[in-house]
Amino acid sequence: MTAPAAAFRPSSRFVVEPALLPWCGLAVLTALCLLLKTELPWLVNFPKQWTLPLATYINAVTDIVVAVIQPAFRALSALLDAPMRGARLALAWLPWPAVMLAIAALALKSGGERLAIFALATLAYILLAGYWPQSMNTLALVLLAVPISTVLGFLLGFLGYARPRWRPVLLGALDLMQTVPAFAYLIPLLLLFGFGPVVGLIASAIYATPPMVRNTMLGLDRVPAAISEAGLMSGCTRRQQFWQVEVPTALPQLLVGFNQTTMAALSMVIVAAIIGGFEDIGWEVLSSMRKAEFGQSILSGLVIALLAILIDRLTIGFAKAPETGPTPAMRWMTPRRLALSLAGALALAVVIRLAAPDAALLPETGLRTQMGAVNQWLLALVRDYAWFFNGVRNAVLYCLLLPMRVGIAGSATPAMWGFTLPFSVLAAYLVLVLALAVLALRGFGWRGALAVLAAGLVLYTGFLDLPWPAFILAVALLAGQVAGPRLGFFALVGFGLILVNGLWPQLVQSLYLCTLAVLLCLLIGGALGTWAAHSDRVSHILKPICDALQTMPQFVFLIPALMFFKVGEFTALIAIMLYAIVPPIRYVEHGLRHVRPDVVEAVEQMGATPMQTLLQAKLPLALPVVMLGLNQTIMAALSMLAIAALVGTRDLGQAVYVALGKADAGMGLIAGLSIAFLAILADRLIQAGVSGRADEVS
Amino acid sequence: MNTAARPIKLACRNVWKVYGRRPAYYFDSRGYIIDPDALAERLRAEAHLPAVVDASFEVATGEIFVIMGLSGSGKSTLVRCLSRLVEPSAGEIVLDGRNLLAASGKELIELRRHAMGMVFQNFGLLPHLNVLGNVAFPLKIQGKPAKEREARAREMIALVGLEGREASFPHQLSGGQQQRVGIARSLAVGPELWFLDEPFSALDPLIRKQMQDEFLRLQRMLKKTIIFITHDIAEAFRLADRLAIMRAGKIVQIGRPADIVLNPADDYVAQFTEDMPLLRVITAGDIATPANGALLPERSVVADTSLEALIPQLAAGATAFTVSGVGDSPPAVLDASAVLAVLEREQARRKNS
Repeated sequence: MTAPAAAFRPSSRFVVEPALLPWCGLAVLTALCLLLKTELPWLVNFPKQWTLPLATYINAVTDIVVAVIQPAFRALSALLDAPMRGARLALAWLPWPAVMLAIAALALKSGGERLAIFALATLAYILLAGYWPQSMNTLALVLLAVPISTVLGFLLGFLGYARPRWRPVLLGALDLMQTVPAFAYLIPLLLLFGFGPVVGLIASAIYATPPMVRNTMLGLDRVPAAISEAGLMSGCTRRQQFWQVEVPTALPQLLVGFNQTTMAALSMVIVAAIIGGFEDIGWEVLSSMRKAEFGQSILSGLVIALLAILIDRLTIGFAKAPETGPTPAMRWMTPRRLALSLAGALALAVVIRLAAPDAALLPETGLRTQMGAVNQWLLALVRDYAWFFNGVRNAVLYCLLLPMRVGIAGSATPAMWGFTLPFSVLAAYLVLVLALAVLALRGFGWRGALAVLAAGLVLYTGFLDLPWPAFILAVALLAGQVAGPRLGFFALVGFGLILVNGLWPQLVQSLYLCTLAVLLCLLIGGALGTWAAHSDRVSHILKPICDALQTMPQFVFLIPALMFFKVGEFTALIAIMLYAIVPPIRYVEHGLRHVRPDVVEAVEQMGATPMQTLLQAKLPLALPVVMLGLNQTIMAALSMLAIAALVGTRDLGQAVYVALGKADAGMGLIAGLSIAFLAILADRLIQAGVSGRADEVS
Repeated sequence: MNTAARPIKLACRNVWKVYGRRPAYYFDSRGYIIDPDALAERLRAEAHLPAVVDASFEVATGEIFVIMGLSGSGKSTLVRCLSRLVEPSAGEIVLDGRNLLAASGKELIELRRHAMGMVFQNFGLLPHLNVLGNVAFPLKIQGKPAKEREARAREMIALVGLEGREASFPHQLSGGQQQRVGIARSLAVGPELWFLDEPFSALDPLIRKQMQDEFLRLQRMLKKTIIFITHDIAEAFRLADRLAIMRAGKIVQIGRPADIVLNPADDYVAQFTEDMPLLRVITAGDIATPANGALLPERSVVADTSLEALIPQLAAGATAFTVSGVGDSPPAVLDASAVLAVLEREQARRKNS
């Protein structure tokens, strides 16, 4: 009886926890900064003369290093160039009927007749739309990048499995490879490997290797103890144990890794098209967008989307059998018949090429050449409904984007909102925030009150006018208290480096854009996910949409956003949200659907209404899963930053993009690393929060 | 059963397994006798986990030796020490007169390939191989030709009654069938020493009973030396020739089932076994007395008949039995009064509990 009595201290609210003290100090500091910011402007705008020219140093070092090691990399480039040329020539040589036959046979084996029909339809569309050669060029790159990434990833994954000591280093490297935007390392790659498609290949190999490493480690780690012991007791040698027991048992997970690696490679091959120089489908999308030929961008964007879905389904089909067992068509397509079909396709190719050695065998005029009218129509549509699109854009811009960026204080000016707020309204705002903080204090303790106060402050000053000393200390303090002093130190050093590199304004822009995108995604995606969790029909409708959104390369999301809303921050927001909205939908639905049924039954039995059950039982129980979804959303939003820079932003992504244009390797790397820093910090923070919560529950 | 007459197959002497930062530190000095309880106490106090504490026992050829204990009592760790899936921290394990702990990696592989078989609680079947492939796997590892291993595997599959399912994959089988595959696989190389680690614990009670019968049938045919791990006391008493009871890493009592129910070593064992019906556990051989040349009664029973099975005959008026089949020793006599004495004791137990 003593423990519950101790937990039920009526006076606990008045006991000051030690963790609260630094926050009090920070509040004083923040207030001081705000009071002094007109006298001391450096508190808000980090002065230029304080920055260190780190980027220049990096460039100087890079120049020296590159000069030394360039020959080796150029040789590697030449070495890789041969198979790449070979793959491109081979795919160009293959007549389309042979490709169709081979892909259809593979699809029949992997996913049954439905996938085969989808494959044929996709290929027919590519053919008719007139993007066959470009698609084959993209595929050639993917076909080379995937084996490189798979083998490399498998070896590194094995290393991490067999040598657990090296794992932290390995995981850190993987985090960087996945979070530094590719634009940031395209410049050093260009310097090393020289201009050409090989750079795209290397970039996609860098980006596509981590999933394979992670899945290899996961699969090998998860081999059940009984199976590996059974292998040992059968008298396996170390080698037999690995190749005949562990690898086959981990194979489904390895195939999942292969699937993810393939998708990542495809995505990156398309993004790498930005350096141009080879006729591929990513370049088609990019150039048509630049020329405002929206008909063509939709056509080619659709090629990418369909290709991505096809490759995804094709590879995942080999990893996971459908729950209802293989369909008759899949069973009919035995390995033998599959081999025969592939041989048949090759024979067909030879016959066609013997009959018509030089003919391209492609439709004379693809749809793409007849899009003029569509372009006109689309432009007219956007023009005619400009009042609508502009209205939406301005509404969001003035009501959401601006207050987040420059705060209520900055927005309530004649130039922005057309009026200024009288002192009484501001006082009312202050009272409202304080009242909410008191409510939060009662409901959630001092942490809740603190969060409300911080949000109220940010909304008032906006992200841009936050005093940086207060902001950095607050984040470092939060990291230190949630995840330990090491992460706090990491945050301090990271923000410090961004500051001295003069990237603070871009950082704040990124923060505000991402925060807004993530909040909106959570709100909309969370609502959709909740709906889907309670309605099978909604779930059935949302699932394919989510699948499609998630498999599409990030590039594609720019097309509709740009088409309707022109260049600007709002367009970037839409593109980011399109890419980042899937995780909240998925994780909220999954979390709610898999809440422990006995708890829900108990709550319902007590007479809770459905809303009470949702808010007081299901959501709190699903919170760890929802937090994982939040983590994924943040990662998606940050990774989209660099891509969204193409439609005009002023954030870190733009800094990377500008550096790419100026071939400024140092600045590109620093800005890219800054994005990676934000991603890793957010990831560690949330992970620590989730595991801390899990500890509390258990 | 008389175990003294048969040669010792496997001996386990003062085996320890300690998990922690520096287990070797506690066992590096030789030549002086350690007090196991004191050392275990010290290990726990110093952030080490003694999973197996000073385990010693001998298993005779052809015997079913059951190790029983609740979960966490160290029984699974102990059986893994015996096969060196887990490396013991200290002690000696002697298999056929050879110290197993001195065997090199290569020798160990040879031993596992030919001398030992093991069945696992969660079956441990390879998901990518069908039944035939799983059973033939140990032979494939040895590099036996395909034809030979297939023939042998089919033989084993027939032995466990799974003919017709050779081409099925593990996920298509029920738990009982999967464990039959596990049993067939462990027997494929014809090992003399057979480890079973809670083989039937993951199965439904009804299937478990069937599998136990199946297991006893196989053992009557094959006469392996068996180490059987279980947490199910009924199973332990049903199958065991002798059994060891473990608690917190320590073996608290070793003996025949009748010894253990009649003379529990401590309160823990007594409490543990109090629900076992004495009449079912105790056999005619357990309480028969030497005939010493007296006239042998007409009715005759074999030594491993349970007293429970004699009740119909007693009810029909039998007063004594000749008990035969205790090894080479001369026939003994079981008097009805001895059975009644056990019954009386059972009643006293019921009253106390």
